[in-house]
Amino acid sequence: MATIKLKTPITEKQIRELKIGDLVLLSGVIITGRDAAHKYIMENHPTDIAPYLNDGILYHCGPVVEKKDGVWRVIAAGPTTSIREEPYESDVIAEYNIRGVIGKGGMGDKTLNALQKYGAVYFHATGGAAALQGAKIKKVLDVFLLEKLGVPEAFWVFEVEDFPVVVTMDSHGESLHKEIKESSEKIFNQLIS
Amino acid sequence: MMDVDLKKLQEVFNYERLKTGFFNQIKMASTSLPKDVEDAINLAYNNEKQNSVSQNILQQILDNVQLARKYSIPICQDTGTHIHYIYYPFGLREKNIEKAVIDATIEATEKSILRPNTVNSLTDKNSGNNIGEKNPQIHFHQWDENYIYGKLMLKGGGSENVSAQYSLPNSKLHAGRDLDGVRKTVLDAVFNAQGMGCAPGVIGIGVGGDRGSSFLTAKEQLFRALLDNNSNPDVDILEKKLQKEINELKIGPMGFGGNTTVLGVKIGFAHRLPASYFVSIAYMCWAHRKAFLTITENDISIKN
Repeated sequence: MATIKLKTPITEKQIRELKIGDLVLLSGVIITGRDAAHKYIMENHPTDIAPYLNDGILYHCGPVVEKKDGVWRVIAAGPTTSIREEPYESDVIAEYNIRGVIGKGGMGDKTLNALQKYGAVYFHATGGAAALQGAKIKKVLDVFLLEKLGVPEAFWVFEVEDFPVVVTMDSHGESLHKEIKESSEKIFNQLIS
Repeated sequence: MMDVDLKKLQEVFNYERLKTGFFNQIKMASTSLPKDVEDAINLAYNNEKQNSVSQNILQQILDNVQLARKYSIPICQDTGTHIHYIYYPFGLREKNIEKAVIDATIEATEKSILRPNTVNSLTDKNSGNNIGEKNPQIHFHQWDENYIYGKLMLKGGGSENVSAQYSLPNSKLHAGRDLDGVRKTVLDAVFNAQGMGCAPGVIGIGVGGDRGSSFLTAKEQLFRALLDNNSNPDVDILEKKLQKEINELKIGPMGFGGNTTVLGVKIGFAHRLPASYFVSIAYMCWAHRKAFLTITENDISIKN
């Protein structure tokens, strides 16, 4: 199992080289956005948030943060379930030119098609490993709509170093989630027959 | 009952002691994974192929557990629905105990042991302190002992979303109103969940009851130790068989494929109406956070 190191901004060429099952360590800048955030960016098209998404990485995450002496610090920041963003994600990828989405649980065909069409991947972060992931976030660079959306739902801009993820949906139409679902379905059918 | 010294009892179990106890219970639950769960994850690690992605995921999980415990930070940022079961002696007021729980919860949120995790379902506003309608969830039981005993589980939302309830018989699964029918529904629920419940998880199952008590029964099973045996031999066999069969699905850690999809399966029963036969499946993520509190006259202790 080889480990690939990537730093933002990530080019389409770099993304096209990734395949499902690749272990990647991400460094650079990422921005969080989950349920309310997806709805917000598709309704309001904010120009201040857009630059962080361009050739960037959107992280489905609602962190635990602490403010000390006026400075935000991340304590724990693991992924949330991505499938809830399925209705929005393909449009978000198209409009904001995102290269990668980090989350957990994988996404559906609509997103898979968008990844292929626009040159992006789905990175799966280990669910529940929030202390470890929090330790890979070196700095909070900015936060948007904290007051309006609350801590878990706000847009947090993080500087990360060697943030561990696995490519589970690539830009060639492959999905590890689909593969495992199909292989487990065969065994499931035997077990209940 | 007449000889209970109410004044003394209320002094012994005063607000400060209760709040300290509940605070430390919440802290342990959020930051320190129970040993039985950690042992099971270690075992799963050893059962995966060397250098596979699945083994790498389990290594991340184990590293995360160490880090969270060492620095007293939340294992998972989703610090869950707080499900308390509190047993208290005759003579104490539930209201006072509840206040201690609420204040301990607020303090744990202020100290970032918990994420502000409670949202008003009508207005979408986060209460900011984990307090809200039916949050935290407290199940009080008065008992005949002279000490307080509290069980706490932090139940994450990702795994809650893949939990499921079936009404038997179910023609699609050919599942009748018997243990084999129960088996089929559990396999179906875990298959549908794939990795989305943060596998490898623990499965709590409630058979019978109404729809509400059925799910409560399922969640109560999650307080059991992973290596315990069911007191009913037939059900014990089913618990172990289900664990084996689920792992044969090879959904694996996070659903990336692999040998361990669940760490344990626990089944409980409630009486039902002749008309109903519910099977409720409470999926608990690997971050199976629970802690047990005992407050006696002289001591406060917490373990998990």
